[in-house]
Amino acid sequence: MIADAKFNPTAPEHVRLFPVPLTQIAEACGSAIMKNMVSLGASACVLGLPVDIFTEVVVERFSRKGQKVVEQNMQAIERGYAYMRDLGGALPEFALKPAEPRRHLFMMGNDAIALGALAAGARVMPAYPITPASDIMESLIRRFPEVGGVVVQTEDEIAALTMAIGAAYGGARAFTATSGPGLSLMMEAIGLAGMTETPVVIVDTQRGGPSTGLPTKQEQSDLLAALFGNHGEIPKIVLNPATTEECFTVMGKAFNLAEYYQCPVIVMTDLALSLSKQTTDWLRLEDIEIDRGLVVAPEELADLPVHHEFKRYAITESGISPRVFPGVKGGLHHVTGVEHMETGRPNETPANRAKMMEKRMRKLRGVELPGSVVRTGDAQPDVAIVGIGSSIGPIAEAAARLRQQGYRAAHVHVHALLPFPVRQLQEAIADAKQVVVVENNATGQLRHLMSFFGVEHPRVSSLLKFDGTPFLPVEIYNHCKGMM
Amino acid sequence: MATVKDFRNDVRPNWCPGCGDFSVQASIQRALAALGKEPHEVAIVSGIGCSGRISGYINAYGFHGVHGRALSTAQGLKLANRNLTVIAAGGDGDGFGIGLNHFMHAVRRNMDITYIVMDNQIYGLTKGQHSPTSAHGFKAKTTPSGNIENAIVPAQVALAAGITFLAQGFSSDVNQLVRLIQEAIQHRGFALVNVFSPCVTYNKINTYDWYKEHIRNLDEIPDYDPTDRAAAMKMVVETHGLCTGLIYKDEHSVPYEDQIPGYREEPIAFSDIHMDPALFEKTLRAYA
Repeated sequence: MIADAKFNPTAPEHVRLFPVPLTQIAEACGSAIMKNMVSLGASACVLGLPVDIFTEVVVERFSRKGQKVVEQNMQAIERGYAYMRDLGGALPEFALKPAEPRRHLFMMGNDAIALGALAAGARVMPAYPITPASDIMESLIRRFPEVGGVVVQTEDEIAALTMAIGAAYGGARAFTATSGPGLSLMMEAIGLAGMTETPVVIVDTQRGGPSTGLPTKQEQSDLLAALFGNHGEIPKIVLNPATTEECFTVMGKAFNLAEYYQCPVIVMTDLALSLSKQTTDWLRLEDIEIDRGLVVAPEELADLPVHHEFKRYAITESGISPRVFPGVKGGLHHVTGVEHMETGRPNETPANRAKMMEKRMRKLRGVELPGSVVRTGDAQPDVAIVGIGSSIGPIAEAAARLRQQGYRAAHVHVHALLPFPVRQLQEAIADAKQVVVVENNATGQLRHLMSFFGVEHPRVSSLLKFDGTPFLPVEIYNHCKGMM
Repeated sequence: MATVKDFRNDVRPNWCPGCGDFSVQASIQRALAALGKEPHEVAIVSGIGCSGRISGYINAYGFHGVHGRALSTAQGLKLANRNLTVIAAGGDGDGFGIGLNHFMHAVRRNMDITYIVMDNQIYGLTKGQHSPTSAHGFKAKTTPSGNIENAIVPAQVALAAGITFLAQGFSSDVNQLVRLIQEAIQHRGFALVNVFSPCVTYNKINTYDWYKEHIRNLDEIPDYDPTDRAAAMKMVVETHGLCTGLIYKDEHSVPYEDQIPGYREEPIAFSDIHMDPALFEKTLRAYA
């Protein structure tokens, strides 16, 4: 730990402390404001980085303020470096190895979601501002003019989702993005999308709940709401990306699944994933394919008489019926949230109800999306650590440290909650001596889902954190070590 | 060219005999035929309530959504396909109770859609509770000793929110209503046609006769100027909202769709959505 000597810092026993007079050195260079540059130099010393790698960016940032400012900042970096070196702070075990020359990006999960939506052909995004989701609409409102798309800042989240549903019914790829409070307001409309078989995507960037809760803090407490929040029963898909790169690809997947199964798809992130800027692999457009599902070509219907009724909800073996977009001649049909017949006309008779409910629910029955669970690490582990969302990094690090200490550890990460990947998850934890489910909530929602859907293991426990901060690797490591 | 018959289907409305909504349905069908529209070029998006069923009674594309949100769904549809004639429809509870927020914002957003409200000043489908347009003192199942809330005057709210086309009709005057709906559809921007459409079963106060007695018909006022917003507001205030005809029209209205940066003539629904790889790389470089 590097800390400003000015504050007489102390540290726990196992932490090695380097008090560096950050403010004092900065003042000596010209201004106390440059103490971040001093600490940057000190950090570079620890990591074994030469100070001249900062020259380019310092020039870029400060040259408009004059040559003197550039020199002062470089000096602050150099002096921080030198002070740390004299303290014995050049630590070989922390030295960074040179990276392979690769193209990288620097972005947060929300940037990747916006780019993914753009690449997936989303063209209508009605949304209501909310932390931590607003960046997605802000990003797209800048980029949509280049592709003919539109962001509407709606009056509330109910309007946002019902507008997206209107656009999706109209033939656009449409989505909205929100957080917990907005998700709660959208529940009736999610049911509408399920009932009318309208493909729509909802991004839920989770934050601390309930109510306004911890609006700018980390939590993963919307899992049950996403799965069970709407009244009635509908087919629905819930996807849970864990990395920035996955935030990009998941949007392609979400739109394809929504249009293939003609149902709402919820993409869940959490605040730490949505807002943490990080080094990201270069994204590839070819990782997003566009498959619009069963849509009838206008030519096939052109010669039908004006009173022909298109069977928008035709009973099929898969439960999936062909769609047609409004405006197409010969495709006239009715769509309603009331129980309906194959033509979309309302019909509430018991026989029709049973038939249509069965048709809708059949679409996802028995389906497990490939890649819903990813397992890494040892076979027959002493512990399998199960996580979801942004905890992927801390869990991986904790598992690696456990292995260094001679334990066998596996990391099981869940990337989709609905359809619940019962078989994949069961298989992933079957050979573990113990299972610990790591989640940022107070009630162990993921663990409850596992038992609800029948994923069984004799020794499952929870590691929960709900103070608004993400897990640290050491917390997961210490917990697991304590279990051994 | 399509005729009125082409806009009819064989579904029998579940409205009570004598319901004002029959006239509204017929007026929409006549207006669409008169404008030379084809059924597949039209989408009716409706809310929940007796009148909300109207989207199923007209041979066109129809979307019957959730209570109070017909307007937001209709706006989304219009954005996906700007070539469609989009008509939202519903009752006073749907539009001015649960949906009032969306109404106000749809008005100021000014997309090129038409909103037809069948205003009967009562909740009919749920069998006789007071509605946001029920008068003060009005007795209903939920106001047994008389309504102690004041009524919303839709025309006043619409003008206050900056509406660019405002008309009111009456189910007994179909010829006027057909004309108003035609003009509303032709208007470039958000158009409201609020129709006094009596509920013969649950509202024994605001009957056909009552409306006939209280409504002032602007068609009978030769020097009324519907382009004068202040005069329109004055008329609405003076008549407590009980006037019919074209109340206000902004002839310089520019719809929302025409102001979206980069929005194209070709409807989104039928355009290629694959991204140009060069544009994608260019976009990524902002994060490099």
